[in-house]
Amino acid sequence: MTAADPKGVVDVRHLAVGYDGREILHDISLSTQPGEVVAILGANGSGKSTLIRTILGLVPAARGEIDLFGTAQRTFRDWARVGYVPQRLGAGSGVPATVGEVVASGRLARRGIFRPSGTADKAAVVAALQDVGLLDRIGDPVSTLSGGQQQRTLIARALAGHPDLLVLDEPTAGVDAASQEAFAAALGRFAAGGGTILLVAHELGPLRPLIDRAVVVHEGRIAYEGAPPEPAGHHADPDHDHVHPHAALEKAGICEWAPTDRMTNRMTAN
Amino acid sequence: MIRALIGALVIGLAAPALGIYLVQRRLSLIGDGIGHVALTGVGVGLLLHHSPVISAVIVSAIGAVGIELIRQRGRTSGDLALALLFYGGIAGGVVLVGLSDDSSNANLMQYLFGSLITTSPQDVVVIAVLGVAVLTAMTVFRPALFAVCNDEEYAKVSGLPVRTLNLLMAVTTAVTVTIAMRTVGLLLVSALMVVPVAAAQQVTRGFRSTMALGMVIGLGAAGAGVAVSAEIDTAPGATTVILALAVFVAIALGSGVVRALRRRAHHPREVEPPDVVLQG
Ligand SMILES: Nc1ncnc2c1ncn2[C@@H]1O[C@H](COP(=O)(O)OP(=O)(O)OP(=O)(O)O)[C@@H](O)[C@H]1O
Ligand SMILES: [Mg+2]
Repeated sequence: MTAADPKGVVDVRHLAVGYDGREILHDISLSTQPGEVVAILGANGSGKSTLIRTILGLVPAARGEIDLFGTAQRTFRDWARVGYVPQRLGAGSGVPATVGEVVASGRLARRGIFRPSGTADKAAVVAALQDVGLLDRIGDPVSTLSGGQQQRTLIARALAGHPDLLVLDEPTAGVDAASQEAFAAALGRFAAGGGTILLVAHELGPLRPLIDRAVVVHEGRIAYEGAPPEPAGHHADPDHDHVHPHAALEKAGICEWAPTDRMTNRMTAN
Repeated sequence: MIRALIGALVIGLAAPALGIYLVQRRLSLIGDGIGHVALTGVGVGLLLHHSPVISAVIVSAIGAVGIELIRQRGRTSGDLALALLFYGGIAGGVVLVGLSDDSSNANLMQYLFGSLITTSPQDVVVIAVLGVAVLTAMTVFRPALFAVCNDEEYAKVSGLPVRTLNLLMAVTTAVTVTIAMRTVGLLLVSALMVVPVAAAQQVTRGFRSTMALGMVIGLGAAGAGVAVSAEIDTAPGATTVILALAVFVAIALGSGVVRALRRRAHHPREVEPPDVVLQG
């Protein structure tokens, strides 16, 4: 699959990104190797989505370089190798669409826009839906699915194109435990097949065992890089959980992933 | 009459085939705006003694591409820019038509509300050719256009030529508006793009089936509209739109009844809750 690539799957060097002149990311360098599963963590508004959207070319970079599969992103054309799972289904939903139709758009990168859908495309759609456990819903309108099932539809859409790299933005946000498990299982099978995964997450949950490396984005820079940090509840004051039993996601994000001493080392080293 | 019917049927098929993408994007009213802009094209054509259909295609295509560029920028002022374009289009059209030699009110009304009776053989050929082109583009590129309208960012990451597809859709909208102007008129064009789709999606589950049913409803409404208007001597465009709206209402009522019956069937022996007086 990607093992032959001399370089990483995603290579980001000294990336800076901003919106309307306000710089969000100042200096990000990041590399993922073939077969690696990398999680991008950070507080709300730290720029995680901005980072992956820039990697995918949806947001222009202000400075720095991005390579995909060893090719500069600007000239990269082999988009069928990349599967993108956005956080939510696109806004355009004025007309009903079935789960099968949404997943079938994942085949377009492979097939091109001129060729009609063939048996290989249909088989890939069925296999992808089976992988996320939604095959029985193939003919249902996506709007009748729960949030977690819609999220699984989106990962099926990405998987249907048989990508080498999956990029996911908070795939498990607001998803119940059962859907999270199904999600983690599908990602696990993808990784086991040699696929590379770059995902943004708030809470790793059932995804934790899959993660090879975590990257914490803080104030536009990478504040920590290494093994996924344990959730705060595991080593913090046992009372912690009782004091904030339902801490807002935002708060969890800050207390779970804020830089610790360990991270400060790296920050000063930079 | 036959010419009128052919023209109406082509538009009845093509308008919903394009309109479904506009509805999916929640741009249902864009056809209306482009219709306003097309009137300026009609005025230009009349003033220059050229075919108003051709100048309307050109001017509304320029307008549609302009709108698309504004939409791509995604600026908050986009809404205002559209309003300026639309009103400029209709005001410019009325003024230009007034300046032309044939500035009768009847002439203006013919473009605003359609007039099948004056459809020339030449017009029918133009309508048929352009209508078939629209239909072909909308059905051949359905998966790609669906992807772009459903999730534009995903389509970009898929490496689809999103910008080209958007421009194709803008130009196609302009072409559809212009050919439909002869049948339903510029002020009712948008209805033929949107109402059949709105009627269909009440009972369909998927995009493809909505498109197919919308086209059937558009075809039926256009055909019946021409026949009925000839019979009772009404404006064909407005009659067609009224019929399409009648289908919408009929489907809404019908599906409501079916749902109610199904619910009854699921709970066949549901006991009426006793009337409880809550507080003496
Ligand atoms: N399209 C945009 N235009 C202007 N500013 C933006 C845009 N998108 C994001 N921002 C700003 O960039 C910053 C980073 O946003 P981003 O969505 O990347 O954060 P995030 O880490 O993904 O947060 P979350 O955890 O809430 O998803 C925020 O301050 C946000 O307000
Ligand atoms: Mg985000």
